[in-house]
Amino acid sequence: MAVYLTKESKVLVQGMTGGEGMKHTRRMLAAGTDVVGGVNPRKAGRTVDFDERAVPVFGSVREGIDATGADVSVVFVPPAFARAAVVEAADAGIELAVVITEGIPVHDSVAFLAHARSRGTRVIGPNCPGLITPGQSNAGIIPADITKPGRIGLVSKSGTLTYQLMYELRDVGFTTCVGIGGDPVVGTSHIDCLAAFQDDPDTEMIVLIGEIGGDAEERAADYIRQHVRKPVVGYIAGFTAPEGRTMGHAGAIVSGSSGTAQAKREALEAVGVRVGRTPTETAGLVLELLETRH
Amino acid sequence: MDLFEHQARELFEEHGILVPRAEVTDSPKQAREIARRLGGRVVVKAQVKTGGRGKAGGVKLAADPAAAEITARQILGMDIRGHTVGKVMLAEPIDIESEFYVSYVLDRATGQFLTIASAEGGMEIEEVAATRPEAVARVPVDPAQGVTSAKAAEIAEAAGLPAQTVDVLVRLWTVLTREDALLVEVNPLVRTRQGRILALDGKVTLDDNARFRQTRWGDRDTAHDDPLEAAAAAKGLNYVKLDGEVGIIGNGAGLVMSTLDVVAGCGARPANFLDIGGGASARIMADGLSVVLSDPAVKSVFVNVFGGITACDAVADGIVQALDTVRLTKPLVVRLDGNNAARGRAVLDDRAHPLVEQVTTMDGAARRAAELATAR
Repeated sequence: MAVYLTKESKVLVQGMTGGEGMKHTRRMLAAGTDVVGGVNPRKAGRTVDFDERAVPVFGSVREGIDATGADVSVVFVPPAFARAAVVEAADAGIELAVVITEGIPVHDSVAFLAHARSRGTRVIGPNCPGLITPGQSNAGIIPADITKPGRIGLVSKSGTLTYQLMYELRDVGFTTCVGIGGDPVVGTSHIDCLAAFQDDPDTEMIVLIGEIGGDAEERAADYIRQHVRKPVVGYIAGFTAPEGRTMGHAGAIVSGSSGTAQAKREALEAVGVRVGRTPTETAGLVLELLETRH
Repeated sequence: MDLFEHQARELFEEHGILVPRAEVTDSPKQAREIARRLGGRVVVKAQVKTGGRGKAGGVKLAADPAAAEITARQILGMDIRGHTVGKVMLAEPIDIESEFYVSYVLDRATGQFLTIASAEGGMEIEEVAATRPEAVARVPVDPAQGVTSAKAAEIAEAAGLPAQTVDVLVRLWTVLTREDALLVEVNPLVRTRQGRILALDGKVTLDDNARFRQTRWGDRDTAHDDPLEAAAAAKGLNYVKLDGEVGIIGNGAGLVMSTLDVVAGCGARPANFLDIGGGASARIMADGLSVVLSDPAVKSVFVNVFGGITACDAVADGIVQALDTVRLTKPLVVRLDGNNAARGRAVLDDRAHPLVEQVTTMDGAARRAAELATAR
């Protein structure tokens, strides 16, 4: 079992024929992902040869779904075209749209997320590394070869911190790792992932990685108190970030006294979540907890 | 990108919202001229991108053009919460009958914009919300509908604003959407004794991600206060200057933020945030090193890279090539971990630069970099 993505998932890639799309489609295939097609109206009807297989290019998401039964789309198109791409995917009935694209105007994200909600499409991202169910499927740009299948579920705003924890805990392994993205507005929240991991019988423990900006972690803490029965270990980045400055991710900003790392850590600790001071210590807390449970 | 008050005022005016007559200048002499043009009596307002201007003495009434010159001279160059006043705006005084508050803000929790409005304007809205929450109306806006006249009427009703404000509410929504703003705030929105509705002071934050389609932004003042930040921006680097002595270079925003924290936990202060992204090519590494090393406060540099998509040997090659183009003047602590970590470390060992040290763990490397920066 896993959340959102399994070996049964049939994946389309919007923007497959671009540089990033080609590079990462190759990597997704190598990780075992069932990539069933690319989408590009100007290259419809062609196929692209990767090492593992020849992947057809469709003129639209609709055609791709009709021909292959695809249920997941990974979006690599440039920021100016991302809104249209997600709206198209949602209208075609895709279940899960994973938006890797960084730099999408917030008004576009607000619009396509509302549209996707109205069509019942789950969006992960934008500005995210995607998600991976190790040993089964990889939708996005997370490196697949730094960890293995296992018992931990991970949800994170940050790509490289996800990789760091995946690597440090490679001997324990993961059910699914979800990079929800660092933009101020994203389609899938920490809470959505906590709920999914709580319901997933194979996920034994949850790692939650947050960072400064907004109050998603505080809301997640409240959700944990009410609904999560599995142990959660947390990590928060950005204690030293100055007020009013954007730290790399568009959403990573402390505004006045809100969005601080300290407030997030306190909220999580108040509901019994152990929060590491460094990524390595966080991994250590996970190992310690697993030890005491077995 | 936050706009100055005078830039927000211009945007409001372009979208048909009434604003006081005003002009901006960096010269006390010109301030006198402007005051004369505006009728003599003016409000002199410091142009800084921070709150609390009034309390800091950055907003003053001047009775005549001579007083305007003196007041402008006092305010120009003033430090307000770390911001130096470079310009003042001189505005005609307004005969206020009542003050309101209106803003459209991004609500991260729902992924939609939210209207915050109150009939009690003129003070910090957080204070009003804390002391009299019932006086503050919060009305979500459906992105597919926007703020129509009907929606604006609903907002005005909920907040107890006069019906006259409906037109302004609709126009402010147009400012938000047409200009790709993340925040539009008017505080106060006033009704004058003559019954007109005016935006007296405003704050607008534009979405940097929309720069590609907002071509007019090129004209706006995007100057960096800090020369190192300006140099980094010119090289396309994601750099934020901080106050410490350990230079930080890493890949990925989250990992770099975490690196700052871990260094701080070791008793040193980070000198900067610098995210060189997933690629970490030789050129970006060289650009990053040159900016970080040019900071005189930096005593040691910590390069913290996790090899994921780009494997560590490629990153190590980048560092070695960068060392050929940048003269290393301070000790460099490198931590490489992830894909091909062993090969990457071997590449750096072979280079055997006397100022480069490798530590295999992030926490250990942070400790070492902190030691090097704080040692006498």
